[in-house]
Amino acid sequence: MIPAQFDYVRAGSLGEAVQELAADEDAKVLAGGQSLLPLLRLRLAYPSKLVDVGRLPELTGVHDRGDHVFIGAMATHDEVLRSGVVNADCPLVAQATATVADPAVRHRGTFGGSLAHCDPAGDLPAVVLALEGVFVARSAEGEREIPAAEFFVDYLESALGPGEVLVGVRLPKLGAGWGYHYEKFHRTAQSWATVGVAAAVKRSNGAIEEARIGLTNMGPTPVRARVVETALRGMQMGDDVRRACEEAAAGTSPPSDLHAQPDYRRHLARVLTHRAILHAAGSP
Amino acid sequence: MTEVGKARKRKEDRRLLTGHTQWTDNLRQPGMLHVMFLRSPMAHARITRVDVSAARDLPGVVAAFGGQDFAAEQGSLPCAWPVSEDIVIPDHPPMAVSEVRYVGEAVACVVATDHYLAADALEAIEVDYEPLPAVLDMNEALAPDSPKVHEAGNQAYTVKITSGDVEAAFRDAPVVIDRTYIQQRLIPSAMEPRAVLAGTDGDSFTLWSSTQIPHVLRVMLAVVTGIPEHKIRVIAPDVGGGFGSKLQVTAEEVLCLLLTKRLGKPVKWTESRSEGNLTVHHGRDQIQHLRLAAEADGRIRGLQVELLADMGAYLMLVTPGIPMLGASMFNAIYKMDAYEFGCTGVFTTKMPTDAYRGAGRPEATYGIERVMDELAAELRLDPLEVRRRNWIKHDEFPYTTISGLTYDSGNYEAATDKAMALFGYDKLRAEQADRRDRGDPVQLGIGVSTFTEMCGLAPSRMLGAANYGAGGWEHGSVRMLPTGKVEVITGTSPHGQGHATAWSQITADALGVPFEDITVLHGDTAIAHKGMDTYGSRSLTVGGIAVLKACDKVKDKARKLASHLLECAPDDLEFAEGVFKVKGTDSQKTIQELAYAAFTAHDLPEGVEAGLDSDATFDPENYSFPHGTHLCAVEVDTETGMAKIRSYVAVDDVGAVVNPLIVEGQIHGGIAQGVAQALYEEAVYDSEGNLLTTTMADYLLPTAMDLPDFVTDRTETPATSNPLGAKGVGEAGTIASTPAVVNAIVDALRPRGIHDIQMPCTPERIWRALR
Ligand SMILES: Cc1cc2nc3c(=O)[nH]c(=O)nc-3n(C[C@H](O)[C@H](O)[C@H](O)COP(=O)(O)OP(=O)(O)OC[C@H]3O[C@@H](n4cnc5c(N)ncnc54)[C@H](O)[C@@H]3O)c2cc1C
Repeated sequence: MIPAQFDYVRAGSLGEAVQELAADEDAKVLAGGQSLLPLLRLRLAYPSKLVDVGRLPELTGVHDRGDHVFIGAMATHDEVLRSGVVNADCPLVAQATATVADPAVRHRGTFGGSLAHCDPAGDLPAVVLALEGVFVARSAEGEREIPAAEFFVDYLESALGPGEVLVGVRLPKLGAGWGYHYEKFHRTAQSWATVGVAAAVKRSNGAIEEARIGLTNMGPTPVRARVVETALRGMQMGDDVRRACEEAAAGTSPPSDLHAQPDYRRHLARVLTHRAILHAAGSP
Repeated sequence: MTEVGKARKRKEDRRLLTGHTQWTDNLRQPGMLHVMFLRSPMAHARITRVDVSAARDLPGVVAAFGGQDFAAEQGSLPCAWPVSEDIVIPDHPPMAVSEVRYVGEAVACVVATDHYLAADALEAIEVDYEPLPAVLDMNEALAPDSPKVHEAGNQAYTVKITSGDVEAAFRDAPVVIDRTYIQQRLIPSAMEPRAVLAGTDGDSFTLWSSTQIPHVLRVMLAVVTGIPEHKIRVIAPDVGGGFGSKLQVTAEEVLCLLLTKRLGKPVKWTESRSEGNLTVHHGRDQIQHLRLAAEADGRIRGLQVELLADMGAYLMLVTPGIPMLGASMFNAIYKMDAYEFGCTGVFTTKMPTDAYRGAGRPEATYGIERVMDELAAELRLDPLEVRRRNWIKHDEFPYTTISGLTYDSGNYEAATDKAMALFGYDKLRAEQADRRDRGDPVQLGIGVSTFTEMCGLAPSRMLGAANYGAGGWEHGSVRMLPTGKVEVITGTSPHGQGHATAWSQITADALGVPFEDITVLHGDTAIAHKGMDTYGSRSLTVGGIAVLKACDKVKDKARKLASHLLECAPDDLEFAEGVFKVKGTDSQKTIQELAYAAFTAHDLPEGVEAGLDSDATFDPENYSFPHGTHLCAVEVDTETGMAKIRSYVAVDDVGAVVNPLIVEGQIHGGIAQGVAQALYEEAVYDSEGNLLTTTMADYLLPTAMDLPDFVTDRTETPATSNPLGAKGVGEAGTIASTPAVVNAIVDALRPRGIHDIQMPCTPERIWRALR
């Protein structure tokens, strides 16, 4: 298919990028194009202009910043996967990224693009939500920070304003004692998550001290399984954990599509949350 | 120097892999224009107005037309297989004129200097529709008060075939299995989407198309458009797969030709994947009702089959014939006394269906192989044991089946024994029992498919009897060039199968020339002037034999020439490795020397014409009947419903093999495609007749990552119906694998009281069945 006409600029600097966006409210940021171009080609979006941020140094790379990891918005999935610091300190990000699409898409698609796109079936939003990352955004007015809990507003809608560029995301290093697991359920290796569960579990003295659970594709935005998180606090591993995970779908409003009906998604959320917790807690 | 049987890498692959290919979309002609089609968003509606004037005024637009503009000359797309007396073949205008009957039907077009501008201009066309009710469900379509797809009603045809005393077979039968299965609608997904380029020199026309059937297409284009046949040349350049979907005479081919005629310029069209999902003919889509009567020991008494087959909105090239290709196949490899086959073709407001890999035979094989498992379960017998009690034994061939086909050869015992050994059948059964006992959340199922199929389409005589509009012969031609090199011309039209390699192997052996000295030409009606093209696993068993026959004729002529030059009787010559030698002497001529002598023609025997070349056609006396045993082990996660293939063994008998590597490739691809029907693929229309599966995010295809390593092996029981002893292999894997997978899933779940999962067996469907 062929997109409708649009203008294209490659921004030479972050300043220029936000100027271009401020000047035209129908302009859109172009990152890896793996989500945006299909929308254009299917004529589901008609932006007037694409502002390519692909070469902006502020947006590139994965950086070890002591107590946190900063992943530039334009870091590709492949770069993230190969990053030593991500694998050491945010392994949940690496695990989830490894399940994204295929090598070709992972070489073009970006970490920031995946998050800014706010696709509820995307794998990374639930991960960043669970890890309580902080989004750094820049507009003509300056820079601001958005906590993960406020970033995912609705289906394909982020908290970014029309003139804002996502610079990158700060992910806190959670430190010792934490285990992680991303459990993705999909029908073929290359398809999107029917449901996904991102779990981070901290154990102390055998019991669960803290658990954080992000759910993929259980509503228009990624959500935390708060009821389960609360129930698990202080719990010993065993049958109780399974019972606690029965509440994984509480408060969710999963979509109905060709791959699953809501009741099936709720069921999957329960099963997968249990599996994710067991893996993250190191006793599958 | 035996080439036949050698696992040669394909000579076409270097070119294909290094990008030196000519796909239709890569072709350029001076002054070439691009056409795009506006497609109906309605499943069923009256067209009350088409206004293309605004589109005409846009930059780069050369012309824009609605259906009315073609009404006088576009004819009706052909249906070549009127299967019954009562068949209704509705008019099928390439571009809809007054009514649309499926979403995606072309209603207007724009021709522009590039395809970007054409795509933009499509949005400026205005079409008014007066909605008519969609007709989507086959059972509802046949109700007397159903809205009609065509004025004559929604029934396209009915067929009933009976053999033996069916009533007697069912009367007092100790066991009757009664099942209904749904063959979901599939969308063929060739790697290369369809593309057409039409050009003219003002007098005659050339049409390049990504087609499987350049020869059939040429005839049909002449019939449909009225352009005389000798003024049309059709070329199938490199074609990237078809699976039956390019065995068609399409609206776009006809319209590109008419546009070129009208505008005097070359016109090209290439579909997008989404456009293809909407408008490439679909496959399968049957509701199958099977009743099987058996003795208490599992021996089959009789089988009754009643099909509803969704034709979609129109009858295309062989639409009504597809279910009929299964009519003689439901009885499969089993002996029985009575058989009845009924089929009703039904019109709906969906894309027409037509041939898709296996065409009618996968549907039939699925039905019978599923029911055989049900019979085994009913009698608490092993599914292989029930089959063994019913199949034709190896010493009973040739065997005329209840449906009237004569199977020339086969050895079901040998293939099954080999498959069981490779699979570790008994060990897996033990593991299955253990998991059942333990209540393991992951259950193991074992699926069996002992299939056969009829292919190598086809004896012309039988096609005539089935009311098919053409013959089933094939043409081959062999030309020895002055320097001793060889050109082979074939009427088959390969699009991924490797004919250039296999035909070279056959020719190398027959003429005793090096493999490298042979070129195979095909797919251009001006070069390969006769042919019936490639489909129905026919190319080797019909087209390959035509080449072999042409080689024999060249050899006969070469022998005459040699006996003349060597001054001996033809019978005094022995031929080996490309050399004619006078027996018991050193006196000899190579076939290359003879080719040169035939070229110079300085000294030819009386009555022998210059040149060492020949033409031959081959019309098979029978179909070929490949068979095999496929075994599949599936693990079903009962918590999520996910079914995963753990191991898969395929032992196929495709007779004598020309190139084992090519056979292996066909089996692998075929299994993948059959697994895809079992687990992944389904064309879904919503309640208004909109296709929901228009992208590959929604229409799921498995990749290598989703499939296990197939274990493949062969038994070789030569066909007796052709001199090579070969049987077709192109569709075998697809036909065999679908029931093997579903049988395995059902086998895993049977202790939970489940005896069917509707395809595709999605995790959600399995989960719902388990609840
Ligand atoms: C075949 C295929 C399969 C896929 N499977 C998966 C999968 O399984 N899981 C998964 O998570 N994803 C999947 N994806 C999506 C993939 O991860 C994309 O890379 C991602 O969704 C978008 O990243 P991008 O860099 O390509 O962004 P783009 O497509 O360029 O942009 C996406 C959106 O984000 C906006 N945007 C991008 N960057 C910025 C920025 N810095 N600031 C502000 N706005 C920005 C754009 O304006 C646009 O609206 C798949 C994609 C394809 C093509």
